[in-house]
Amino acid sequence: MALTIVSQIFPREMIPAVLPLIEDKLQHSKEIIRRKAVQALYKFYLIAPNQVQHIHDKFRKALCDRDVGVMAASLHIYLEMIKENSAGYKNLTESFVIILKQVVGGKLPVDFNYHSVPAPWLQIQLLRILGLLGKDDPRTSELMYDVLEESLRRAEINHNITYAILFECVQTIYTIYPKSELLEKATKCIGKFVLSPQINLKYLGLKALTCVIQQDPNLALEHQMTIIECLDHPDPIIKRETLEILYRITNGHNVIVIVQKMLDYLKETKEEYAIITLAGKIAELAEKYAPNNEWFIQTMNAVFSVGGDVLYPDIPNNFLRLLAEGFDDGKEDKQLRTYAVRSYLALLEEENVFYPQKFLQVMSWVLGEYSSLATDVDPEIILTRLHNLLKKTFVTSETKAWIMAAVTKIASCTSFSKTVDKLIQEFSSSLDTCMRQHTFELKHLCEDKVLMKGLLPFDASCDDMVVDASLSFLDEFVAEGLGRGAAPYKPHHQRQEEKLSQEKALNFEPYGLSFASSVSSSGIAGRQSPTGLSFGSDTSGNSAETGHKETNTLKLEGVRKLWGKEGYLPKKESKVGKEDEPQAAPCGSLLAGRVAEPPVPQSDQVSSLSEEEKEKQQLASTLFVGLGSNAGVSLMGKVDLATQKFKRKSKVDEAQSSEEASDMQSSAASDFGPLLDTVPITKEDCDGDKHTTLRKPSLCSSDTVEETLQSLKKPGLDDKLSHSRLSPLSLFADGNIEIFQPSPSSQCENVNKTVQLPSLAEELEELPHSEVVELCQSDALALYLCKVWKDDSLLLVVFVSNKNTSALNAVNLVFEKEEHFQILESPSCLFSVIEAQSVGRCQRCVWMDKVCTQGVISGFVDYQSEMETHLEFSIPLSLLDFIRPMEMTTEDFGKLWLSLSNDVKQNIKMPSSQDSLSAALSILHQKLKLHIVDIIGNEGILACQLLPSVPCLLHCRTHSGMLALWFRSPCSALPDGLLYQCQKVMEESQ
Amino acid sequence: MIKFFLMVNKQGQTRLSRYYEHIEIHKRTMLEAEVIKNCLSRSKDQCSFIEYKDFKLVYRQYAALFIVVGINETENEMAVYELIHNFVEVLDKYFSRVRKREYRAEDSMSRSVIFLPVLWDSTACILIINCE
Repeated sequence: MALTIVSQIFPREMIPAVLPLIEDKLQHSKEIIRRKAVQALYKFYLIAPNQVQHIHDKFRKALCDRDVGVMAASLHIYLEMIKENSAGYKNLTESFVIILKQVVGGKLPVDFNYHSVPAPWLQIQLLRILGLLGKDDPRTSELMYDVLEESLRRAEINHNITYAILFECVQTIYTIYPKSELLEKATKCIGKFVLSPQINLKYLGLKALTCVIQQDPNLALEHQMTIIECLDHPDPIIKRETLEILYRITNGHNVIVIVQKMLDYLKETKEEYAIITLAGKIAELAEKYAPNNEWFIQTMNAVFSVGGDVLYPDIPNNFLRLLAEGFDDGKEDKQLRTYAVRSYLALLEEENVFYPQKFLQVMSWVLGEYSSLATDVDPEIILTRLHNLLKKTFVTSETKAWIMAAVTKIASCTSFSKTVDKLIQEFSSSLDTCMRQHTFELKHLCEDKVLMKGLLPFDASCDDMVVDASLSFLDEFVAEGLGRGAAPYKPHHQRQEEKLSQEKALNFEPYGLSFASSVSSSGIAGRQSPTGLSFGSDTSGNSAETGHKETNTLKLEGVRKLWGKEGYLPKKESKVGKEDEPQAAPCGSLLAGRVAEPPVPQSDQVSSLSEEEKEKQQLASTLFVGLGSNAGVSLMGKVDLATQKFKRKSKVDEAQSSEEASDMQSSAASDFGPLLDTVPITKEDCDGDKHTTLRKPSLCSSDTVEETLQSLKKPGLDDKLSHSRLSPLSLFADGNIEIFQPSPSSQCENVNKTVQLPSLAEELEELPHSEVVELCQSDALALYLCKVWKDDSLLLVVFVSNKNTSALNAVNLVFEKEEHFQILESPSCLFSVIEAQSVGRCQRCVWMDKVCTQGVISGFVDYQSEMETHLEFSIPLSLLDFIRPMEMTTEDFGKLWLSLSNDVKQNIKMPSSQDSLSAALSILHQKLKLHIVDIIGNEGILACQLLPSVPCLLHCRTHSGMLALWFRSPCSALPDGLLYQCQKVMEESQ
Repeated sequence: MIKFFLMVNKQGQTRLSRYYEHIEIHKRTMLEAEVIKNCLSRSKDQCSFIEYKDFKLVYRQYAALFIVVGINETENEMAVYELIHNFVEVLDKYFSRVRKREYRAEDSMSRSVIFLPVLWDSTACILIINCE
């Protein structure tokens, strides 16, 4: 019970106090206690990940616990940790796969079954973990292919919970490194979902489609009719999900229709949050793909008038910047601006219409800047309109300020205006001080036309104004003041520091004594770490990030990049655009033609389409234009037929439908052709594990697999394709047959042993360095790494060894950018030639930018060869690689100590073998490269720095077998990381 | 990730609420009112998942009782939907007689609320944590 409470309400500050107790409970004999302990630790991990770092290996034990409940609880921790750093847990993939296999195979106690499905939520959790692990990593993904297939097959019972598992499966399949066979099956699943009469399943299918559509826009074509139906669905939630799909597949051709649909929804909905997000999306699409100026302006007008004041402020800002910055083509520019001015004037003409404040602000800005472009409109009319606006009551004072600015700008262009005078008269006695201020400004500017012209030049809104930020014109005044004996100005923080040091100065001089007292006064157990994100902000950050990612990865073929970040790009595109359009038009019309008349060979089976359906199909053709542009017109026609077939499927007998399905599969397979790879899997790896005793040959129906195999071969697929890819793997999936395939890598290893390890250059040999270790290798190349701990940086020396008997040309080594680390020189390194059996060397200095205890720099090697030309590698780095001793005197230490703010305290057990302080400190000195500054009595001070130059100070004190550590550093995360290392070192030396 | 768990009757009164993330008390009532309004306004043939602000609601109706769960984007809706059913099944098994009354007469809810924390701790926990 206490453990439950701990996990529910515990504050962060108290974690260190109870942590050892909970750790003990992990070994408790009762499984419920163990499980609760794991849960409590999970909670701690969420609150303060840094504080439970040292017990990661205990989580591993929990994962292998004999009780399923404990194991399940530990999965939550792993899910969180893998989310943070998937590279660090790749080695666990196999364990997860085996666990999932056991769960799917029904090896769990019956208590965990839910409607005869074994531990569904556990399965979902595992699938999620696998998805994270296998992302963009072919080698890890390979391990999980057959278990995914297995769970897809198992989950064929018609029950909601199996659908949930299927959905998770599909998501995992699409996140890991793709494999065509699985993709096909996933696609089928999605098809089933989308076509389901059950509304919840439909929703799920749409959601899956949304995730998948970026990778495979053709899937949208397959389900276009369903999407259209969903678009008119009575349930707004379904509608919204459908719009989300459309948003993802928008391109230059279909943008008008899609945005129209979105606007319709926008006008219907009343929920504020939906309006905000949807309006943002529309604005984004409009900016990206707008086909012409009029449409763009009108769309934006609609967005502003509906979205109103709840919009994100950057939407109007972006819009205005787009107008102001202009494009490469001056003429285009002018057109757009003129059109904007006219449309706003027209809008303002209508009396008694309420516009949102933001819209009014945009209007007034545009009118102010560009009204003179519309030469046939009298500025007087514009001024009158604006004047009318000013008199309205619903206009807020902020908007009034915008309008006044517009009036001022217009007034600067005209010589004399009655309205301006009237306005000045009216508002110079206004009660609103702001208005009054603006009016007076306007009045004075009007009196001095020359100044006014200079101040408000036409179309200068994006020219940078030069502002003298250093206020150098005041220098003289300051000098004068100083001359008269005034104290020089001190910045705020300097003043505070001085105050602090003055206070401390008295009791600081006799260092050792006062320091001890200050420690004892504040050395209460329990450590207060200012680091660690609060749980709430963490999740919200995550969601923001994913949202960002989604928008970033929006990529579609055949998109005309009209509205980029720099604005409209007509100059570059104008030619291409013209060529594009005639092409696109026949493409669209051809498709429309195809769709409008039902396909001839099927007309006897399909009764003639109703009028309504025709309409829908036309809508579909407009919506999906350009999606399949890469595949050409013929494919689009074909896929359209496929959808027709799909609809009919339920009526046709079994055999025929399977044939059709295989037909579709084959077309899909040929699409995915280039993605396939034929790396064989070795079974040896799996068998080495202790879990094998639990594994029994799984009882899967080999019949079905064979059937699909046959059906796949029937359509006359490329023989090579089906042989190399399908047969070994699907046989293997049966699980009954043990296939031992000698892997190429084991052969390589044998070869490798004869190759000598490369060695460092002489001048580096003298510096402290690690052993040369192998990073990765292929048939032709081997990569070795050596870390050299230089004083000012970590030097990574990568040896590229050519194992071939012939020379390799143009070998390019590239380090990928990592947020935690900074590579000082250029991240790539090119060897024009590496002779046979020789070694190329690449050196890079690395600093740590953001503190982390473990990190990875990854990269790849490209080289010219007949076969494989791309080899990836990753270099694990630890915090200790970047820690260097920092030499200083005791006084310096004292000064620095006071100036640092982030501190962390912790008590750890002294190593039992050597209980003296100096012995403990010398361990820290040797293992962690900390510099011992001074030892006084039972206290010691140490200093180190994190490269390039972040100091960290450590104060230690012994009392009754415990070592009290107290870190201080300007960087908040560094003490936590160091503390973790200290604990590790101390435990090791015990 | 599950954010909160609500049990609401048809009159829109909250019978049980459990939050897995800290939300201030007065905000809770506001949130609950909004959530309930959203759920009650939907008909049976509509989808049981609602997008609400930056999270999603999954609800299920049992006679006069609604169970609503708030989840974030990454959660699997269908899994939660079934979780609710699982929870109800567990309730049913644990106090089979109480439950029937709980549905019919609103007063008895107060009794089951007293029992619930106990239940939460022992039986349901195994199942609940799976999705938490």
